[in-house]
Amino acid sequence: MASYNMVFAGFGGQGVLFTGKVVAYAGLIDGKEVSWLPSYGPEMRGGTANCSVCISDLPVGSPLVTEPDVLIAMNGPSYDKFIDAVKPGGVVIIDSSLVNPSKRREDVTLCEVPATALSNEEHLEGIANMILLGKLLESTGFASMETVEQSVQKCVPASKAHLLEHNLRAIRLGMEQ
Amino acid sequence: MAERILMKGNEAIAEAAIRAGCRHFFGYPITPQTEVSAYLAKRMPKVGGCFLQAESEVAAINMVLGAAAAGVRVMTSSSSPGISLKSEGISYIIGSDLPCVILNIQRGGPGLGGIQPSQADYNQATKAPGHGDAHVMVFAPSTVQEMVTCIFDMFDLSEQYRVPAMLLGDGLLGQMMEPVEFPDVKVTPAEKPWAANGHQNKREHNVVNSLYLQPDQLEAKNIERFERYAQIQANETRAEAFETEDCDVLVVAYGASSRIARSAVMNARAQGLKVGLLRPITLWPFPKKELLKASKTAKDILVVEMSMGQMVDDVKLALECKKPVHFFGHTGGIIPTPAEVLEQLKTIAGGAAK
Amino acid sequence: MTTVYEKSKMLTDAPMSYCPGCTHGIIHKLVAESISELGVEGRTVGVAPVGCSVMAYNFFACDMVQAPHGRAPAVATGLARALPEGVIFTYQGDGDLAAIGTAETVHAASRGENIVIIFVNNAIYGMTGGQMAPTTLPGQVTQTSPYGRDVKTAGYPIRICEMLATLDGTAYAERVSVNSVPNIRKAKKAIKKAFENQIAGRGFSIVEVLSTCPTNWGLTPVEALKWLEENMTPYYPLGVYKDITAEEGK
Repeated sequence: MASYNMVFAGFGGQGVLFTGKVVAYAGLIDGKEVSWLPSYGPEMRGGTANCSVCISDLPVGSPLVTEPDVLIAMNGPSYDKFIDAVKPGGVVIIDSSLVNPSKRREDVTLCEVPATALSNEEHLEGIANMILLGKLLESTGFASMETVEQSVQKCVPASKAHLLEHNLRAIRLGMEQ
Repeated sequence: MAERILMKGNEAIAEAAIRAGCRHFFGYPITPQTEVSAYLAKRMPKVGGCFLQAESEVAAINMVLGAAAAGVRVMTSSSSPGISLKSEGISYIIGSDLPCVILNIQRGGPGLGGIQPSQADYNQATKAPGHGDAHVMVFAPSTVQEMVTCIFDMFDLSEQYRVPAMLLGDGLLGQMMEPVEFPDVKVTPAEKPWAANGHQNKREHNVVNSLYLQPDQLEAKNIERFERYAQIQANETRAEAFETEDCDVLVVAYGASSRIARSAVMNARAQGLKVGLLRPITLWPFPKKELLKASKTAKDILVVEMSMGQMVDDVKLALECKKPVHFFGHTGGIIPTPAEVLEQLKTIAGGAAK
Repeated sequence: MTTVYEKSKMLTDAPMSYCPGCTHGIIHKLVAESISELGVEGRTVGVAPVGCSVMAYNFFACDMVQAPHGRAPAVATGLARALPEGVIFTYQGDGDLAAIGTAETVHAASRGENIVIIFVNNAIYGMTGGQMAPTTLPGQVTQTSPYGRDVKTAGYPIRICEMLATLDGTAYAERVSVNSVPNIRKAKKAIKKAFENQIAGRGFSIVEVLSTCPTNWGLTPVEALKWLEENMTPYYPLGVYKDITAEEGK
């Protein structure tokens, strides 16, 4: 299998760190070597947040992804910050409700998903990130849907178990985009 | 086999400490290690343990001194500026021959510095963790899993030698999540006949003390302690060698920077360069014999650190400057990239081939 | 033969290192007797400070730990948390407790740590040879206040019992003196009460003992006792500043 070096980026509170964790856990369930590394700093809410996720057959070297082959950008500043770093041939998934790509690269695949608008229409408020995760799954096949379901179960805390089905519905919706 | 779960480095350390029998933790919040405290604040009450947030790093390390004197397994955690504050207490703990585990999840310095990952406290940890003729054992794991296994060993070795053990991590290892499994081991803390835990009218009173006003007594005490240090140096060095058998250039790196160096070495091998990596796991004692073995065929050495160059001095000392030792690093919170290290390797290998 | 007096078994046979006329010896005896009378020597751990009483670990026959300067309350906290059945006390001077160790003292009190603090206040740094302490009186001459403590530049003395009495975590705070036989009797009662509090798990107890330092005050032992009464007692009034058992009784 291919190895993946991914960056998930957006505002704090959009769930980019959680999305990365679901992806990393899926890799773990599939028996891969994985790492998840968040940006950390004084901002708690509303500031920028991003995380690096590596999935590989071999032990992960640097967990800091500087040349992602997958970028998920949930706001404009994140897109601008990381778009030049994406490897040629990489996949870029954006929430087109919030990101208006200022710069377009010919050598990457750009997937524009109006995730925030969709989440509002489909009563999936607050989990646009899961819609984008569905798109990631569909466009890269980094894991099976079954694996991702298991992963979501691992990552959603017991106190929020009632949101599990919501999350899975959002992922399926994203896969159809 | 236990299930592999995804866990943050800081939280995995905390869980490992509990499983290693630690029931007392005294700390103070500081980025990027605060998850250790947060995790233990939740877990300790559930296992009948004590989590206490002290009023300062100074107080926290002295609470460690008190609990260690009482004979229990105890840990504290901080990051660079907080370790400086603790250094007084660390010196007293060393001088009192008490076991304990200290975490330093390093960030950039000096001063308030920054909060991003760094390895700039190497000299402090290995050379002068406090005033006086003093050492602590320093462990520098490079994965979340290895942090867990180190914690178990650190509690055991610290009690065996009555020397504190420090885990020298950094913000990258503390913050990242990796798969981890916890070993199912039975913990047997050492007997502590020296502990100040109440003599129950059954023995002479114990005194835990670092004061020796008579110079000959103090010298004798230090000599005795250095005999234990010598045993540690003889028996407890650890390092991992990777692709070193035929290497022309040997990279030496520990902790987070060793992960980057390893990627660079793999890339270099793929390009036909004979390079290898020696990764010290103990920094004090420094794995001298492991370095000498790994560098046998090497014409050049490259030390990679997230600092301005500190371990590089120990590498030169161990090799008695008989081979050229190069340095590459970033500091202030910048993490070197495998590409940068590969570039260095190519330059050095090019020179070595001439 | 009837025994009318014997030295407390809580004191070792080591000759005390205190200066002639110093009242540390009396205070050691009161602490030792209190612990012995309560029958808890076997589970007592004391913490020695940095200062004149740094070698208290040689004189008390219970287990002892020597702490860094000012950190005795933090060390005692570690001991108390590790030994829930232990009887933990610190023995500290004014420089140790009220200058370098103020934070540790205040926070141990605010946490209501189940420990006893014996605070020996002699208004001067003794061990280092008579420098100004946080408790040095206004106008008092010391090596580092050679023209008398000038409150304009050196600030005011700290009244520890009054300050700690304001904290919810403090169970008991009393100031006593050992300058006369009646006062020594009262001091003994206070110290014993502090240990009783601890055994009952009532939390943080502090007994501040006004003490003399003839050597560094430049007085004879007898003059020193008089100087204490005339100068220290007015600034540091004796009495109970907080006692939760009395409040409970109301």
